[in-house]
Amino acid sequence: MPLTGCQALWEALVREGVHVVFGYPGGAILPAYDAMLGYPIRHVLVRHEQGATHMADGYARATGKVGVAVATSGPGATNMVTGIATAMMDSSPIVCITGQVGSKLIGSDAFQETDITGITLPITKHNYLVTRAEDVAPAVREAFAVASSGRPGPVLVDITKDAQQATCEVDWATTEAHLTETRDDALPGDGTVADAIALINAAERPLILAGHGVMLSGAEREIAELAERGNIPIAVTLLGIGGVPASHRLNLGMMGMHGEAWVNTAIQEADLLIALGMRFDDRVTGNLRTYALNARKIHVDIDRAELNKNVRVDVAIAKDLRTAVREWLPQVGAPDRKAWHARIAELKGDSAVRDIQNLPDNGHLYAAHVINDLWRLTDGNAVVVTDVGQHQMWEAQYYKHETSRSLITSGGLGTMGFALPAAIGAKIARPDAEVWVVVGDGGFQMTMPELATAVQEGLDINIAIINNGYLGMVRQWQEFFYERRYAATPISGPDFAKLAEAFGIWGRAVERRQDVEDAVLTARRQKGVALIDFRVEQEDSVYPMVPAGADLHKMIRRPSPSPIVETAAD
Amino acid sequence: MLHTFAVYVDNKPGVLNRVASLFRRRAFNIESLTVGHTEQPGISRMTVVCDTDEYGARRLEANLYKLVPVKRVENITARPTISRDLALIKVSAAGDARAQVMQLVDVYRARVVDVSPDSLVIETTGTEDKIDSLLEVLRPYGLIEMVRTGRVSMVRGSAAAGPSRQVETTAAAASNENLGNYSV
Repeated sequence: MPLTGCQALWEALVREGVHVVFGYPGGAILPAYDAMLGYPIRHVLVRHEQGATHMADGYARATGKVGVAVATSGPGATNMVTGIATAMMDSSPIVCITGQVGSKLIGSDAFQETDITGITLPITKHNYLVTRAEDVAPAVREAFAVASSGRPGPVLVDITKDAQQATCEVDWATTEAHLTETRDDALPGDGTVADAIALINAAERPLILAGHGVMLSGAEREIAELAERGNIPIAVTLLGIGGVPASHRLNLGMMGMHGEAWVNTAIQEADLLIALGMRFDDRVTGNLRTYALNARKIHVDIDRAELNKNVRVDVAIAKDLRTAVREWLPQVGAPDRKAWHARIAELKGDSAVRDIQNLPDNGHLYAAHVINDLWRLTDGNAVVVTDVGQHQMWEAQYYKHETSRSLITSGGLGTMGFALPAAIGAKIARPDAEVWVVVGDGGFQMTMPELATAVQEGLDINIAIINNGYLGMVRQWQEFFYERRYAATPISGPDFAKLAEAFGIWGRAVERRQDVEDAVLTARRQKGVALIDFRVEQEDSVYPMVPAGADLHKMIRRPSPSPIVETAAD
Repeated sequence: MLHTFAVYVDNKPGVLNRVASLFRRRAFNIESLTVGHTEQPGISRMTVVCDTDEYGARRLEANLYKLVPVKRVENITARPTISRDLALIKVSAAGDARAQVMQLVDVYRARVVDVSPDSLVIETTGTEDKIDSLLEVLRPYGLIEMVRTGRVSMVRGSAAAGPSRQVETTAAAASNENLGNYSV
């Protein structure tokens, strides 16, 4: 039966298992929107196309399935750019469908024409310009294959209006994607299982560095087993949080710029780093010249291009993480490594027993208290979606994530405005999960129109605005490195509780620590969107901090006496 | 050092842009890039020369493989190859100079392909060194215009830079089913 190009589009999407798309209609995508009504697709109308891409991203991160965003040509497509770049940096599988002007008009500067395949070329895994109806289905199917295979990432399919409208015959049997196999031996110098095992079993002070790849490859169990078998402690990256339960006895916590002091010191003292599904980003290594000089290094990543990119390693393995670790497991020895664990315990001091809830209330409301209360009151079971900045780091430090994919945050690109739309995507992907947005007052104001999207969709999500009246992380850098010259960081905002009222949702402002619990519990009881405006201490900073480019072990520590201890040893 | 890559790509619109953009995006400098058809229909071959170190070359190869239209990458730097560059050189040659230029053309086994009253156009094929050297000796006569194709390279002997598609597919399927990068 002949289909129009846009029918082929929806048919292909449905065949890929798509039930929901996030989008915004417009001229060049109108035929597709009209055809959509004939297919079992839930369309979430966003308020800005950037939101659509973040929602698709949040959907993908919450489930591992491919998220889909739809927009029209020109400004609709260019508004997607930030979201696409965000997904690219964090290896999130999304497919963006954009309308394009008619193929005869391409290159003529027609109304709402833009070269979106050219614009997104460096920020997509691949993109397609489809000008014929018969090419729609194969392009869509290949797009899903590309987005979800290997190291996941965004793919864009730009479809001209005439390709949407023309009719064609689709033979579904032949539209299966056929991507090239990469030769396994394409790059010399790749390490073997034996190389890795030899280093692991010989190491006295090994440390596993677990990244986002643990979740992307579904290797959560294997990583824990590797650690348990060899008594090897684990440090996690920001995006690796949740891959290993926070309460796991071998999980030391987060590494990097705002990582735990003992974790960074342990990295510097280790004699073997086993880097699994992480990419030695500058935010986790600090100064590369002084990074982990005592350590041999094993690096496993599915993306060969990450191997030996930032850090030279002894054993480089380009392979799916789960497969690689499974190959190791039978041969991993079980030394107790007592001295190493004793050394780490020493580095930790008695900070393991710290409980900031036990600190006396000095009348100030600190973000760390809010996050810690939120963790306690949600039993650590919420899916928390954070934005970018101080609140993001506090969340990473004080919310103890026990389950995989329970922290969704923009890591690589550091995209402010990510949290609210990504949370909408996550909630739609996992309707039974309790979803909390933790967001600063700056980032929230970037994409707050998506509140209307959440309301229109009748979503039950909770929003905690960590409101300090500053672009806090930038202010912190100004405090530390620019002599407190607060250039353009004080930021005002609306009365967020009243704003909530205007959107027809429940909202409350909280200024005192004793009011946090009731606000959180009340928000949880709300059926729809609930918003809490936590007016926290304005000039608090995130500690510890490795200044950009500094040695990893040279951290700025919280000055004492301090209202919050960073470690009890301070 | 200079690395030479033979890159097999789908012959589709925009592929050259994708490859060139990758070099730009990853801050590699292209010394030379040529592209043309191959013996296989639908497949083009690029010869890319790039100045980078061993690690850079490997990362470049890995990054090239991440481009969907790239079928095959071979770093042929260390292999015995035949490399050729073609140049067209327009040089001033009036009066006495003309005979001298013609002699040089003979010495270099180049060819005169166009003659006008006060200039000659010379065609030469060879390694970059040979062409550079010819340019040096012609320079005193006055170079009016010059164009070069950039290097094309081929591995010596009966081996191809990359095995045939069939061989590759079977080998890849057999070697690893959980392969990284694009593997569908």
